[in-house]
Amino acid sequence: MDFLQPTSWADALAVRAERSDAVPIAGGTDVMVDLNFDRRRPGALLDLGRVPELREWTVEDGTGGVGATGGVGGSTVRLGAGVPYSRIIDDLGARLPGLAMAARTVGSPQIRIRGTVGGNLGSASPAGDAHPPLLAAGAVVEVESAARGVRRIPAAEFFTGVKRNALEPDELIAAVLVPEAVGPQQFCKVGTRNAMVIAVSAFACALHPDRRAVGTGIGSAAPTPRRAPEAEEFLAGELESAGLWESRGDLPDGLARAFGERVAAAASPIDDVRGSAAYRRHSLAVMARRSVTWAWAEYQQDLRKAA
Amino acid sequence: MRITTTVNGTEHEVDDVWAGESLLYVLRERMGLPGSKNACEQGECGSCTVYLDGEPVCACLVAAGQAIGREVTTVEGLATEGELHPVQEAFVEAGAVQCGFCTPGLLVAAHDLLERVPDPSDLEIREALAGNLCRCTGYEKILDAVRLAAARQARP
Repeated sequence: MDFLQPTSWADALAVRAERSDAVPIAGGTDVMVDLNFDRRRPGALLDLGRVPELREWTVEDGTGGVGATGGVGGSTVRLGAGVPYSRIIDDLGARLPGLAMAARTVGSPQIRIRGTVGGNLGSASPAGDAHPPLLAAGAVVEVESAARGVRRIPAAEFFTGVKRNALEPDELIAAVLVPEAVGPQQFCKVGTRNAMVIAVSAFACALHPDRRAVGTGIGSAAPTPRRAPEAEEFLAGELESAGLWESRGDLPDGLARAFGERVAAAASPIDDVRGSAAYRRHSLAVMARRSVTWAWAEYQQDLRKAA
Repeated sequence: MRITTTVNGTEHEVDDVWAGESLLYVLRERMGLPGSKNACEQGECGSCTVYLDGEPVCACLVAAGQAIGREVTTVEGLATEGELHPVQEAFVEAGAVQCGFCTPGLLVAAHDLLERVPDPSDLEIREALAGNLCRCTGYEKILDAVRLAAARQARP
């Protein structure tokens, strides 16, 4: 096994193109487990830890340029694939609250210091903690190859199967482009304890008052992380028809519950060692109901961000 | 593959390291530093916690090559000139050590917490140690030890 250690993004792409037998490694929190347990013996490890471009995040304004400070609304965080969860928590809690909440639930302090969103996307586990908030926020995954350049793939199209993603063999994940929050975001995760938990089920939601829309992301309850589009449209429609985006009035009785039921209906969970399909579906309904209730309460309080 | 890494302030150089080896294996089997313990090999138990460039990480999840040119501090590096570090003293005094297998990792995690947060709340202690498992103590004595070390640090 070779250990390939490029020190620039261009070199990393060149190495990736030459060595289809190489497994990219960032924080190692997934790849090293496979090596330690003899589940994988790749021809090479491609260490991305010394590629400085991957460890930066910047704010892009609506026109695609990069600004030092992004105003609220229309800005996008370009999160380098190698930014660890600990820095997302420290730096991005205000801009990307849903992702930061999910980041706080990842593993343990030791894991959050090493683990990255790029690694999470590369592993593409249905249980990956970053995925639901990325789906709810409408994030886009930026991948690149030396031969064909940059491709931008919506998160909702990135996951193609259990631990499978849309990457071509010569591509690497450069960054994830996450719209800055313009409304409340929430994340919920069920596990047997607070730390070191692979989600039994997880749910993220985001209110997008600027475009009167609702975003969702379901984790650990389908072959891939996925949205619940019918639940999104249902809730956004109900809020619209009752004039609640402007009035910020209370949610009608039963609306959050009905939203939760639609979220649960969008899942296709299985029974496995971590939980049963029935429990996953039930817990999703509960998490969706709760999280939208919390998000709405925050929206009612936060009058500064006018729709 | 040759690995050159500064461990506990001393540069170590080892040859013939397999590319898939973990930093933990290199420390224990090639550098003669068995303080960091090898248990779960999946980042679950924290018994291999070491500092990598000043941050606590699971050494079992760091590829050996990722540590080239970096600074590593293991539990062996906490004591200076034969004197236990106050965090180590507190673990001994509070009865936070039973079988001792988890202790090296917990010491590094607790040491890191007290470097960052000199007077941690119980919640902060629990959160900081959430990645370290102990099957003997029930954790109460470990929490006592961290509180004791924090109190001593405040009033030396």
